[in-house]
Amino acid sequence: MPKIAFPVEATHIMMFARAIGDTNPVYHDAEAAKKTEAKGVIAPPTFVQAVAQFDPDYHLRPKPGQQWFGSGKTPTGVEGKPASSGGLHAEQEYTYHRPLRAGEVLTSEVKQGKTWEKESKRAGKLIFRERITEHRDATGELVVTARSVGVTTERPVDAS
Amino acid sequence: MALKASQLKVGDTHSERVVENLSRTQIVQYAGASGDYNPLHSDEVYTTQAAGYKSVFAHGMLSMGLTGKMLTNWVGDARLKKFGVRFTNQVWPGDTLDAKATVAAIREENGEHLVDLTITTTNQDGKEVVSGTAIARVDP
Repeated sequence: MPKIAFPVEATHIMMFARAIGDTNPVYHDAEAAKKTEAKGVIAPPTFVQAVAQFDPDYHLRPKPGQQWFGSGKTPTGVEGKPASSGGLHAEQEYTYHRPLRAGEVLTSEVKQGKTWEKESKRAGKLIFRERITEHRDATGELVVTARSVGVTTERPVDAS
Repeated sequence: MALKASQLKVGDTHSERVVENLSRTQIVQYAGASGDYNPLHSDEVYTTQAAGYKSVFAHGMLSMGLTGKMLTNWVGDARLKKFGVRFTNQVWPGDTLDAKATVAAIREENGEHLVDLTITTTNQDGKEVVSGTAIARVDP
């Protein structure tokens, strides 16, 4: 998988913090952030998930001229798609090597990990896939390592 | 602001209400910020009629982000070494979530004082939606 340049911008951090309802000034107020231990605007712990914005082929973003599986004239824009949930997120883990700061440009690389299967009463056969994303700084040092486990279910998860 | 190892003991807890009556709009806000536009999170027509769910639901990463807010409010900025979760149940519009961290261990490693935390986030029915662990750097 190609490496992705991931610019970590102050405005993006502000919008991300807003979305998780986090009003901590260290995420949006440069002057206030300077006076904290972080000594400047930093990113919230789950921010690197937004690397998806910089992946040109990210499959969960509609693209001009391409079919999108969400609703339009009909409930799904892709004919013949089974009424399955597609992929869900099962686990996520971050290792922080140092704080991630506004203004840096990370280089992010995804590596495929293990794959395994499990039977579940709530959703049928489950297929788990692990992905490791290494987010490195301009000197090549690791800033955040992200490990995610996605699961594909046989049928929608029974919420009862 | 930061936690002190000398003032912590195993079993200490911190909890926060991280969202009340989660709105579909906040889920859309998270989609926009994170870049994950999966229609399962914002498109009620697709989610109910094509995918077979009762309604749209939150990104797992939104519930992790909400949980992380409780953690950083407690341990301080730039103090986390590790944060990992499992998404144990879906989070739906209208849910109210409480996130809680419990001190599992206080230890020293390579000259740093660390605290191991177990994390659980539950909805208004007491059902766990996020379960996890974290490691934070603390003062002596």
